[in-house]
Amino acid sequence: MLEYGKKINEIKDLSKNIRLNILKMALEAGASSAHIGGAFSLADIVATLYHSFINFSKNPEDTNRDRFILSKGHACLVYYSILKEIGYISDKELLTFEKTESILLGHPVKNLKKGIEFSTGSLGMGLSIANGIALSFKKKKVSNRVYVVMGDGELNEGSVWEAMMSCAHFELDNLNIIIDKNGYQQTGTNNEILRMFDLEKKLNSFNLYTESIDGHSINEIYETLKKFKEIKKPCVLIANTIKGKGFTGFENDNAWHHKVLTKKIYEDALIEINKE
Amino acid sequence: MINSAKIKLFSTIGPRAAFGMTCLELIKEDPNLIVVTGDVSTSAGLDRFKKNHKDNYIDVGIAEQNMIGIAAGLSSEGHNVFTTTFSPFQTLRCCEQIKVNLGYMKNKVIMVGLASGIVLGTLGYTHCSIEDISIMRSIPNITVINPADCFEVYKAAFALLKYDKPAYLRLTGTNNSPQVYDKDYDFKIGKSISLKKGEMGTIFCTGSMVYPSLMAANKLHIDKKIDLQVVNVHTIKPLDVIEISSHIKNSKKIFTIEEHSIIGGLGSAISEVNSSLTNPVNQTFIGLPDDYGKGGEYEDLKIKYGLNEDSIYRKIYETFKIE
Repeated sequence: MLEYGKKINEIKDLSKNIRLNILKMALEAGASSAHIGGAFSLADIVATLYHSFINFSKNPEDTNRDRFILSKGHACLVYYSILKEIGYISDKELLTFEKTESILLGHPVKNLKKGIEFSTGSLGMGLSIANGIALSFKKKKVSNRVYVVMGDGELNEGSVWEAMMSCAHFELDNLNIIIDKNGYQQTGTNNEILRMFDLEKKLNSFNLYTESIDGHSINEIYETLKKFKEIKKPCVLIANTIKGKGFTGFENDNAWHHKVLTKKIYEDALIEINKE
Repeated sequence: MINSAKIKLFSTIGPRAAFGMTCLELIKEDPNLIVVTGDVSTSAGLDRFKKNHKDNYIDVGIAEQNMIGIAAGLSSEGHNVFTTTFSPFQTLRCCEQIKVNLGYMKNKVIMVGLASGIVLGTLGYTHCSIEDISIMRSIPNITVINPADCFEVYKAAFALLKYDKPAYLRLTGTNNSPQVYDKDYDFKIGKSISLKKGEMGTIFCTGSMVYPSLMAANKLHIDKKIDLQVVNVHTIKPLDVIEISSHIKNSKKIFTIEEHSIIGGLGSAISEVNSSLTNPVNQTFIGLPDDYGKGGEYEDLKIKYGLNEDSIYRKIYETFKIE
């Protein structure tokens, strides 16, 4: 039990550091603006994934590594932040975010040395790639896993549903999908823009295994992903999250989908996050 | 492995079946090869492959966007991947997936566009493909190849297996399609092939238009003493710029002939080279008009649009008569 408590605390520390990194990068981006809301909503999920589930390797040739795809590429700040925490990206590189010639643009650009496996940003493409990788793992009879993070707004894309169908058809039980269900997309709530109705029911009817959880409870994320490893179906974690989670000034305020972070707000957010 | 009887057989069965038969040989070269299809196994000549190589064959259903993503995922794990579906669905339906997954990320996938051009004219323009070269060649890192005959389909597929970039293999023509090549020859991606020497001008042609262009040129030579060079530009991208420039410099005028819209295809690619030269020469664009006309039988449409041997002959002859 002590071991478990220690693990959960480590993940909490990691997600706090992720949020602090995101703030630093967003401040550095200045007028070019940053996708803060959808990165903050993912911090706890990404911290848990990289702390306890994704077998990553600094050697891009290492075939034992698991694969991670950030299909909602605009949340790249959370990706760069975790890659900094696990030693792929330096502090100095982190601060080049969205600068001319930077390797860290506003959407991830494939760079295996830096731990970025795929270029994403155009929504609805990541799950198809994940299908291909998972199929290859099956053909090679290896036990690597594929983790894909998608947004709930991203589910508007038709290609997502082609890929959901094929996950089930090919019985890709080595593939886990995490949906960051923060309820918002670029210009409004999902309900305003395009209603999803019952997401869980939809996915279940595709013959996927789904669990709907609190996407900010490290315990729930951890336990569910652990359970997924034993399920012989492609699994979907519907993570109910709060867009901007971590700083009250961002939370459920969709202006922070993509906005310029001022020094003042940066400092207020630092204080609040450090208090945690 | 390849003899004249087999080359002849390829020509009888047409480019799609020839591709399917080629796959049976490709897999001997690379046992990890994967052929992906979007519910067109029979049309791609893949029935035998499907039966004999289950582990190397994936049918993703009628879902081309997903097909390109799956192919990119397989490619990123080290597989050689061929995707197969009808040309419009292989290219335009999943265009942005091609841009991001293949062009941007450089995942090597070989997309095979079946029945491109107007061969399926009786099915209407949903199934014709007159825009594919134009759109595919404007995406960085995508190689575009349009084989001149069924044997060149085989040659190109083998060359692409060993190539390191994503590519679009455009299949034109039909069963009993004429043979440009009756014996083995040297095929290199990006290297055009001069099929006939000539002093009075050059015909640049690609795909299904190579044979009628060559025949028309031979006839013009014999009948009218108009001696034209004929160049098979099987690779439209990367274009053989040095060789093509050199042909243009030795020509008074040039002709481009393709079963594709005159916008953005071979003609445009050649004119990009021509117009960059110090002394560009007059170019006649022969291809399909910028229009979705009435459909019809392949042979009828080729006549209507001036893409058969006789029309090509007359069109070229007229340009000399005017002089």
